[in-house]
Amino acid sequence: MRRPWHTWKRGSASFLHLTAPLLHWPCECLENSLRERRILQRTEWVAQQEAKGGSILQTQSLTKRFGDLIAVNELTISIEPGEIFGLVGPNGAGKTTVIKMLTTLLPPTAGNASVDGHSITREAVGVRRVIGYVPQFLSADGALTGYENLLIFSKLYDIPRQERKQRISDVLNFMGLSGFSNKLVRTYSGGMIRRLEIAQAMLHRPKVLFLDEPTIGLDPVARKAVWQHLQQLRADYGTTLFLTTHYMDEADLLCGRIAIMHLGKVAAIGSPSELKSSVGDDATLDDVFAYYSGAEVDSGGGYRETSRVRRIARRVG
Amino acid sequence: MQRLGIIDYFGVITNFIGKTLTIAELEARKLHHDFTELLTRAVQPALWLLIFGEVLAQVRAIPTGNLPYIDFMAPGILAQSVLFIAIFYGIAIIWERDLGIVHKFLATPTPRSALVLGKALSAGERGLAQAAIVYALALALGVHLSWNIISLLLVVVVVILGAALFSTFSLIIACLVKTRERFMGIGQILTMPLFFASNAIYPISIMPSWLQAVSQVNPLTYETDALRALMLSNGPTVYGVPFDLLFLVVATAVNVAIGAKLYPRVVI
Repeated sequence: MRRPWHTWKRGSASFLHLTAPLLHWPCECLENSLRERRILQRTEWVAQQEAKGGSILQTQSLTKRFGDLIAVNELTISIEPGEIFGLVGPNGAGKTTVIKMLTTLLPPTAGNASVDGHSITREAVGVRRVIGYVPQFLSADGALTGYENLLIFSKLYDIPRQERKQRISDVLNFMGLSGFSNKLVRTYSGGMIRRLEIAQAMLHRPKVLFLDEPTIGLDPVARKAVWQHLQQLRADYGTTLFLTTHYMDEADLLCGRIAIMHLGKVAAIGSPSELKSSVGDDATLDDVFAYYSGAEVDSGGGYRETSRVRRIARRVG
Repeated sequence: MQRLGIIDYFGVITNFIGKTLTIAELEARKLHHDFTELLTRAVQPALWLLIFGEVLAQVRAIPTGNLPYIDFMAPGILAQSVLFIAIFYGIAIIWERDLGIVHKFLATPTPRSALVLGKALSAGERGLAQAAIVYALALALGVHLSWNIISLLLVVVVVILGAALFSTFSLIIACLVKTRERFMGIGQILTMPLFFASNAIYPISIMPSWLQAVSQVNPLTYETDALRALMLSNGPTVYGVPFDLLFLVVATAVNVAIGAKLYPRVVI
């Protein structure tokens, strides 16, 4: 005999069976409409870019010297809107220096670069408004909750007060962190911290997102999650991604184009398949890397590098 | 260089204030999650007042006019504990640089001076917690405190200024030395003369003349002078509270300006 409805307990099978589809349906509708809106925004944005024409990021003989050392030597590259561009190279090739110059943290010794039409030397603030930056280290503030980390950045990026809540919950959803927003970040796993940082860097819908070794020190599952989110980010918002990495599998999977840096110069540039076929018939990207940088992959890592990775690994736990 | 209209100046200033408060809010939220730090910080002023203060009050070795020694000393200990909090702020800057937090903030369109002043104000937040502790201790020790509301508000201002002043000073040093080890050494070297070459625990008049000269350019002297006048019911002042405030404001502004120039260099 069936019991009357008001005697059903919450969590009993019959209650769940009844309510789950009811709850699921509106969620799915909402998600679909959000996605459609994003895609619409993206097409509008791409149309604008096409009207403007040309690249979103350009460097012109960009050079950085530290004393006698030439860290970056006359780098000239150009990146199209919506591209995922990877900068790879052995330790000390100058990858991080390039990112620091493009994010206006480091003034170039010579040459120049522009991001979305703003010069990194003359219009640094303009550049800072249109970029997002995820540094190498896990740098979300562990003493704050995920929500607070995002709130502070929404204020720093001048997101209007009435939009803040919505933006924050959007990025939290997007990065799959909604359930953890009120937990202190120091209780997060390394992969979650990285996703939170990407969320922080995309709050203001940057046109170019810079990621310095986005999956360093993460376990394979967390790396996959980060990759998926980055690809989704480009698909939904049309964000241009500029990343550096040591991992050839990452570059191969994510990047539309790769530049291999060696001793401050670009040794080779092209799509992963172009680079591979330029070296040999069944070459892997590891072979390409070794060919152009004159180094064996994974042979390297001086003391500083190793201790740095270990330090990050410790933080990631 | 384009000339800015009056509206633009207004925008620049509101932007600066808004961003400064955002950085201060960030630190306040951290304290809110973990205030054990504030409690452990209470130990040091307590030890100074209870041990050093009580002993020297018995000895009556220090000429403080008609003021009981413990009254004379309480504002000095507040100034000192604010100094001790603020002077190691540079360590936090280096730590945040090592974690990449500084990089991330510098890549936002936030004015550098707002980043520096926001940090300075957060030192003020911690300083105010110290003030509450010193007031509680002073009350227990029978110090003749002033409860005039204007004086109390000015104490808040002086504590925040003092904390801001020394934390930006610390930030400047951190930006110059860049490593934690070197900073620790320098921090130790600085706190001693800053504290002892001031009027915090004895009047300047008992010092040899060369040390008096040092004390007279030491901001801690003016901070203590103002606190002594404002905290005590019949507090004496040597330089006058307006001059003390002026000295502290100017010194803080200079430090923030230098700090804002140097802060971006800490990531290089």
